[in-house]
Amino acid sequence: MLTAPSLGYLLLSPMIIVFAAAVIGVLVEAFMGKTHRAAAQLTISIGALLLALVQLWRIRDLSSTTAAVNSVTIDKAGIFLQATVVILALIAVLLIADQENFTAQASAVPGSNEEAVALLQKNQQTEIFPLFLFAVGGMMLFPVATDLITLFVALEVFSLPLYLLAGLSRRRRLLSQEAALKYFLLGAYASAFFLFGAAFLYGYAGTISLVGISAAAGSANEVFLLIGIIFVSIGLLFKISAVPFHSWTPDVYQGAPTPITAFMAACTKVAAFGALLRIFYIGFAEAQTMWQPIITVIAILTMVLGSVVAIAQRDVKRMLAYSSIAHAGFLLSGVVALSKDGLAASLFYLMAYGLTTLAAFGIIGLVRDSTGEVTDLNRWVGLGKKSPLVGSVFAFLLLSFAGIPLTSGFIGKFAIFSAAYQSGNIAIVVSGVLASAIAAFFYIRVIIMIFFTDPVNDSVSVIIPSVKSKISISVATVASMVFGLAPSLLLTTATNFATFIK
Amino acid sequence: MSLLTLVGALPLLGAALIYLIPNKNTELVKKFALLVTTLVAVASIFLAIGFDKSVTTMQFTQSNSWISAFNINFAVGIDGISLVLILLSTILVPIVVLATWHESDGGRWSVKTFYVLILILETMMIGVFAATDLFLFYVFFEAMLIPVYFLIGGYGSANRSAAAVKFLLYSLFGGLLMLASIIGVYVISGNQIGATFDLTQLATLEIDNQTENFLFLGFFIAFAIKAPLWPFHTWLPDAAKAATPGTSVLLLGVLDKVGTYGMIRFCIELFPDASKTFTPLIITLAVISIIYGAFMAIGQKDIKGLIAFTSISHFGFITMGIFAMTTQGMSGSNLYMVNHGFSTAALFLIAGWMMARRNSSIISDFGGLQRVTPVMAWSFFIAGLSGLALPGLASFVSEFLVLVGTYTRYPVAAIIGTLGIILAALYILIPIQKTLHGPVTPGNEKMTDLNLREKIAIAPVIAIIVVMGFYPKPVLDLINPTSEKVVTNAGFTDPVAEVNK
Repeated sequence: MLTAPSLGYLLLSPMIIVFAAAVIGVLVEAFMGKTHRAAAQLTISIGALLLALVQLWRIRDLSSTTAAVNSVTIDKAGIFLQATVVILALIAVLLIADQENFTAQASAVPGSNEEAVALLQKNQQTEIFPLFLFAVGGMMLFPVATDLITLFVALEVFSLPLYLLAGLSRRRRLLSQEAALKYFLLGAYASAFFLFGAAFLYGYAGTISLVGISAAAGSANEVFLLIGIIFVSIGLLFKISAVPFHSWTPDVYQGAPTPITAFMAACTKVAAFGALLRIFYIGFAEAQTMWQPIITVIAILTMVLGSVVAIAQRDVKRMLAYSSIAHAGFLLSGVVALSKDGLAASLFYLMAYGLTTLAAFGIIGLVRDSTGEVTDLNRWVGLGKKSPLVGSVFAFLLLSFAGIPLTSGFIGKFAIFSAAYQSGNIAIVVSGVLASAIAAFFYIRVIIMIFFTDPVNDSVSVIIPSVKSKISISVATVASMVFGLAPSLLLTTATNFATFIK
Repeated sequence: MSLLTLVGALPLLGAALIYLIPNKNTELVKKFALLVTTLVAVASIFLAIGFDKSVTTMQFTQSNSWISAFNINFAVGIDGISLVLILLSTILVPIVVLATWHESDGGRWSVKTFYVLILILETMMIGVFAATDLFLFYVFFEAMLIPVYFLIGGYGSANRSAAAVKFLLYSLFGGLLMLASIIGVYVISGNQIGATFDLTQLATLEIDNQTENFLFLGFFIAFAIKAPLWPFHTWLPDAAKAATPGTSVLLLGVLDKVGTYGMIRFCIELFPDASKTFTPLIITLAVISIIYGAFMAIGQKDIKGLIAFTSISHFGFITMGIFAMTTQGMSGSNLYMVNHGFSTAALFLIAGWMMARRNSSIISDFGGLQRVTPVMAWSFFIAGLSGLALPGLASFVSEFLVLVGTYTRYPVAAIIGTLGIILAALYILIPIQKTLHGPVTPGNEKMTDLNLREKIAIAPVIAIIVVMGFYPKPVLDLINPTSEKVVTNAGFTDPVAEVNK
């Protein structure tokens, strides 16, 4: 007879709330009339995320490895990561709520009559909201999952909706669909690698739990362990767009609707790094001599390549895509550090980077001409003259990406590099600062275009943002600013929450 | 809250208030900026009056926790060296504001923005000299670049945006190398005495030689770019040519001093052993800078380029004096920083007026100014003579001290350095002859002499140059104790004393 597993409902409640809301969202989509559907969906999404945040606050001091039969570990770092995902998602959903960016009917063939009619009749479908909530739920599960199967399930749960969302752009739909297809195919490969590695690890350790793998390290032929680690890492490195698994990033960032890019860039990074940190800190810590050199090399390659290639970009979304690759490299030094300081620094960095990214993409969504968003940097010239406020905020965000003091990006960089230095990985620190110097070049070049060049005739204008976008961008910017000037609160919280339990 | 913090915060407060003045009311903006910066100058003089010369520890200290997770404090304090540099900054800013009254009118952005940037910059200049917490220093050191970048790029001339970018990238590159070293020092302090950024505590660290050398280099390259020392100097002439004269004064007069100040405060105080190891190399670079800067200056056709290259030569002297590791050299260099600040300010401001009147910066376009505009010509003449270190003017005392101080330890370097003085006579006297004397060049006949505002602005600078030439004692009294302390703490004694035995 099967016994029902005992579940820690309180500990799982944040995730359950989000998933339940996603299911309700599907039902709303199916049964509700189109007049109030968008408002209802938005309310459900925001409500669910707020509720999840409240639940996370209530369970902030609890921890358990058996919340869901050993496959989910709720601990301090897990709760912090989940909260980060939820907070960033809350800001992102306000950007997504600007329906105007999404195709009215995803099933309509681009350029077809059907599409035009749907647009004309304002037959806007709102399936983005449930898809978004499923992705958020998966992202919350990913960093707390502690066995390989749950990790894989979580990976797929948040990836599949993202593949779809990436293809839903209203304008330049073919580019958007191409991006979605590319993301899906490469993502599927990466998932296969992950599974392949998981099989090896199971073969090696006889268990799929991270703790079990850690305990088994050194007990059998280490080649299998190494193969397992490498393939599982590939699956994860793909998600964080580390070199050489980064090639999808610029295309997808460019093709996806900008609010989705914002959400993806901020939240996927948190979830994937959360999982990566847990896997390496818990599962592979005993085998650190095996993987540390590999990850170190990948980190260095990632930051250098991301920074160098970004210089050649002429599209602001592609440029930020390469910048996100470079940041993935910086974040990997937190993984390599393998210490409490490294974990705390990563937690801070993820939050700070996520906020800055959301605000930056939010602003990109505002810069338009008559046909829609303009991401060609050559047409951004003189933006600072036309709209000084938007120009200045964007310049501030770029300086934060570049890690100039008094921005949150600088504190994050300092924290993560000092953790890496402390653990003896001085090569990473030196490469990191050199890559930062290269990266500074292209951030500053954009500032020049915005401020030091006179506007030309075909340059763009900034639309008046909707209230939702306004709230979203200003909250993210202000938070990013505060964490730069007075980072103590977040840093202390990150340090207090920087523990994984086994 | 100490007076020092107040002095530092005042410009920032002023910037915030200026922001409230309507954009159109440019005269009010300018007057208010002048008022605020003058107040800061007065307040900083109170700082000097209240300063106790008899002790060498930090004064007017204040320390508040800023980022507790890394034990970073908002810690400020001044000793003799930082006090004179703060005075230099706070006195120069109102002079620049008054002297370059119309500089901001033709900029890319509003007049208001210009003065907001200047005031923010002033806060950071004071902060960078006052910080006694390594992290805080770094924050000011890097954040300072941003207002300068916008000042050059937004209000400069010709190649302003390219020059602004070059300036920023050079400085950022150096700054990031320094960041790696700061992280290193921080981690080592964590292993030895508990993580800290407090300068006095960091000076007690025991670092093994190889690590110390690398950490030293991280700091030194950053400061050598800032100072700028050959071969890290190429950004300076471009930046000085593109920036407005007022910005150039602040850039060469104050900001570049952060480099030489940093060499004393961080390179020597934190890494005395590595400083010893690298001294021969640095002295060589300094001597090359002196000669190279002088030769390049002789060849300049552009008046701003000329001043920029003379500065490279002068920074060579300052660096040589610092790393000679004698009390005379150290005091001389500190005094030189102040004197160079005022001489360069005079040169740049007057050159700026000349260029604005003639609408050209080419030396050969001027000629016979002595007849047309006697007051302007005389002021330029005095500033020039101070630049070539004529006895009786400010720079002479400091250059003499540097050379004497260097001779006792590195006679060859000092002798080659002396050549720099001879070359200085060439690079100053030839342009002076071309611009001020001889027949009036066509196009210059209608040139107007200095107006009252300009006279008021330049008078204090000329006065300081002359007074400091005859009576440098008040400033030297502030500098000497600290200089001695730096040299002693680095483990050096003056070679002169040994000769006497």
